[in-house]
Amino acid sequence: MTEIIVVTSGKGGVGKTTTSASLATGLAMAGKKVAVIDFDVGLRNLDLIMGCERRVVYDFVNVIHGEATLKQSLIKDKRHENLYVLAASQTRDKDALTQEGVEKVLDELGKEGFDYVVCDSPAGIEKGAHLAMYFADHAVVVVNPEVSSVRDSDRILGLLSSKTRRAERGDGAIAQHLLLTRYNPARVAIGEMLSVKDVEEILGINVVGVIPESENVLAASNAGVPVILDEQSNAGHAYRDTVARILGEERPLRFVDVAKKGFFQRVFGG
Amino acid sequence: MGILDFLKRKPEPTATVAKERLRIIVAQERSTRGAPDYLPLLRNELLEVIKKYVHVDIEAININVERDSGHEVLELSVALPDGKPATSSAG
Repeated sequence: MTEIIVVTSGKGGVGKTTTSASLATGLAMAGKKVAVIDFDVGLRNLDLIMGCERRVVYDFVNVIHGEATLKQSLIKDKRHENLYVLAASQTRDKDALTQEGVEKVLDELGKEGFDYVVCDSPAGIEKGAHLAMYFADHAVVVVNPEVSSVRDSDRILGLLSSKTRRAERGDGAIAQHLLLTRYNPARVAIGEMLSVKDVEEILGINVVGVIPESENVLAASNAGVPVILDEQSNAGHAYRDTVARILGEERPLRFVDVAKKGFFQRVFGG
Repeated sequence: MGILDFLKRKPEPTATVAKERLRIIVAQERSTRGAPDYLPLLRNELLEVIKKYVHVDIEAININVERDSGHEVLELSVALPDGKPATSSAG
């Protein structure tokens, strides 16, 4: 069975595409056959974060309209042979995506033996976001420790439990995973930022992972290499932990407390 | 940094303020989730009508849609100000 995972948030700029790229890469590293689809029609960006922007020939909308086959449109990842990217179209036509079209592509990916399909949702609650979540079995709701993002994610959690195929058919709830990104333990410690516990309490759902704010995330997107591949960065390790948890492994949260300075650091500074 | 600064009460951390604000707005939005879109409008129009007779604030009007095994109940409650009779502004 193919598991469909939507990465969504409501608010823009919280790290959906960064998360989609790292999640898809992490699942592929675990040996799964994975496709990651950009649903942000008109504002394609997943290709840049995955580092395959110059290899896009056909896109998601081309497949839906029958202008190209799925095989022609899937871009094989340079680093993992069981990972494929389906780029969004740059068309300005808002109705380019249809429910039937999306269903057809997802069914075909199922027949091709994909274990996971990661759907990178656009921001907002319009059609693209709705279609990205509609067929999902799992949802990763990306949230920042900040008021507007938390409020929007509550709205999205509500939509996930009512406006998806699973909800409509009564097939059992879609599995919801809350992912807290851009977390800064130092600011939390001095009361400047909502804590993991605060966000969990407000939304009534536990986090599946906490990604610390990290300069490596920008470096990774600059280079077109998903940050999960950066072994030097805490953000990369936090994404590895998150993927493991989504796959059912139990791992303690890391990077949520202020790093204590070692003896030498305290004496010599730094 | 004045020498007496440490004597002043520390302001509430902004994260605490954020949490409290979110707690309230999220609870409010959840209570109206899935309810018909006309509810806010209905509330405003009811307020206009009620205002003709009593001075009430929009906060005093509570509208809820309760779902109960197959049927929906529209529940409306208006908290009237105590001791104030209907005003003469009626009409």
